[in-house]
Amino acid sequence: MTPNLSVDLCGVTLKNPVMVASGTFGAGEEFSQFLDLNRLGAVVTKGVASVPWPGNPTPRICETPSGMLNAIGLQNPGYEVFAKRDLKFLENYDTKVIVNVCGHSVEEYIDCVEKLSEESRPDMLEINISCPNVREGGIAFGTSPEGVEKITEAVKRVARQPVIMKLSPNVTDITQIAKAAEAGGADALSMINTMTGMKIDIRRRTFALANRTGGLSGPAIHPVAVRMVWQCAQAVKIPIIGMGGIASAEDALEMIMAGASAVSVGTANFHDQTATLQIIDGIQQYLEENNIEDIRELIGCVK
Amino acid sequence: MKYREQAAVLNIEEIGKDIFSLVLQTRQIAQEAVPGQFVSVYSNDRSRLLPRPISICEADGESGCLRLVFRIAGEGTREFSRLEPGDRVDLVGPLGNGFPAERAEGKRVWLVGGGIGIPPMIQLDHVLEEMGAAASVTAVLGYRDEQFLLDDFTSECVIATEDGSAGTKGNVLDAVRERGLKADVIYACGPTPMLRALKAYALQEGIECWLSLEEKMACGIGACLSCVCRSTEKDEHSQVNNKRICTEGPVFLSTDIEL
Repeated sequence: MTPNLSVDLCGVTLKNPVMVASGTFGAGEEFSQFLDLNRLGAVVTKGVASVPWPGNPTPRICETPSGMLNAIGLQNPGYEVFAKRDLKFLENYDTKVIVNVCGHSVEEYIDCVEKLSEESRPDMLEINISCPNVREGGIAFGTSPEGVEKITEAVKRVARQPVIMKLSPNVTDITQIAKAAEAGGADALSMINTMTGMKIDIRRRTFALANRTGGLSGPAIHPVAVRMVWQCAQAVKIPIIGMGGIASAEDALEMIMAGASAVSVGTANFHDQTATLQIIDGIQQYLEENNIEDIRELIGCVK
Repeated sequence: MKYREQAAVLNIEEIGKDIFSLVLQTRQIAQEAVPGQFVSVYSNDRSRLLPRPISICEADGESGCLRLVFRIAGEGTREFSRLEPGDRVDLVGPLGNGFPAERAEGKRVWLVGGGIGIPPMIQLDHVLEEMGAAASVTAVLGYRDEQFLLDDFTSECVIATEDGSAGTKGNVLDAVRERGLKADVIYACGPTPMLRALKAYALQEGIECWLSLEEKMACGIGACLSCVCRSTEKDEHSQVNNKRICTEGPVFLSTDIEL
């Protein structure tokens, strides 16, 4: 018997728990010639703001051991083109669509969320309050429990779709932030965004990134992400989408056992365009080999 | 189309200090590659996640042979330099737009290469030779000291070396000025200072000039927005003054970008 892979995320049913992490996959078009997007649990789009953002100067990325730093700076084409081009493209696919939203101020987040409420295609919204690479907005909202609760409430007031708050690991106690998001009415949590890091180019004797600091992602941060997902799973009742360095089915299963209802694959897409499919197949194989009928039996099974 | 392939190493040779010529057997990449395109080359070491974008030096559509010439710039390219015939390496390509060879028709053409920017000019040289449509083709090659790939050009080569060990002592523009050469269209790949000088020269002389740019890449296929350059006009895809080097480039008209 084929085991059940579908999971429920605050009322939205995903065909499997594997989605892509915002910012690593555009809106899927570039990847669609390497893999069938219909196989994904969800596509999470690159962050969009109400108006176009130019992003940071280059170099925007560098490789680090088992990971990378990025400081793209949330470059995006603005809501209008995103809706006309990217959301339209995703209408062709039978997968859930989660739109990642960014802003410089509460008003900008609200503006974008209001516009998205009028769109039919997004199934859920993911609110980026944790980007470490822009000075205003992003992480500025994500590092204090009061700020997180306030912006969550503001977004929930205008959102038609379920709201996922994406949390930063760059805080003293992430469970306080998770609880604040829950108190503000969040329907789910995404965690973790990248960890702030720095690399120095010893040949040029300066920062490797033009932005000086960047967000560390990739397998290097995976154990940190598993720990934080586990901590928050004990602290809140709302579902968690686990992410941070997932590159294999084993990584994804760890996250699920720690308490994640679904997982996002990010940096691994850069190494292998079909990483998500291999993870889906690997999860299914694990369930079959261990006679587990339903993936949901594993969610949070490690207490 | 872009393809992900596991290519077999046919031959590898050190052709200069830390400069390697790698010949790979591909199924589709070589068949579809045009001059100026590149491939993403993946490390077999799982701790190095990002692809190395390497320009295509030669592509033989019939045999499927793809030749890459690269310099050791770090641990990733050092790993590639240790490949042996029979080893396998993951590639995605062909990527990017390539040089518009058709713009050479009836024109006096310069193929300007600086250092490790020289390899992609070879495939362009061969394609222009085959087309036979250019009025003249001159390869203008700048080296620090040691020369490589000179024998691979079919066109006349003009050389500049920083140390004066061969050709004109100085840079590629010193070499063309010394010879009194004129061009109607320039194709170039090399270090940013060289490209910047060519952009200024082309603007001053009113010449069409195509520049191939380089930047660190993560996805290599246009999704991650790591490898952007500044554009003079608002770009249709990004909606800001930014173009993706991996997708709208790596080759740009010099007046369309800021360097």
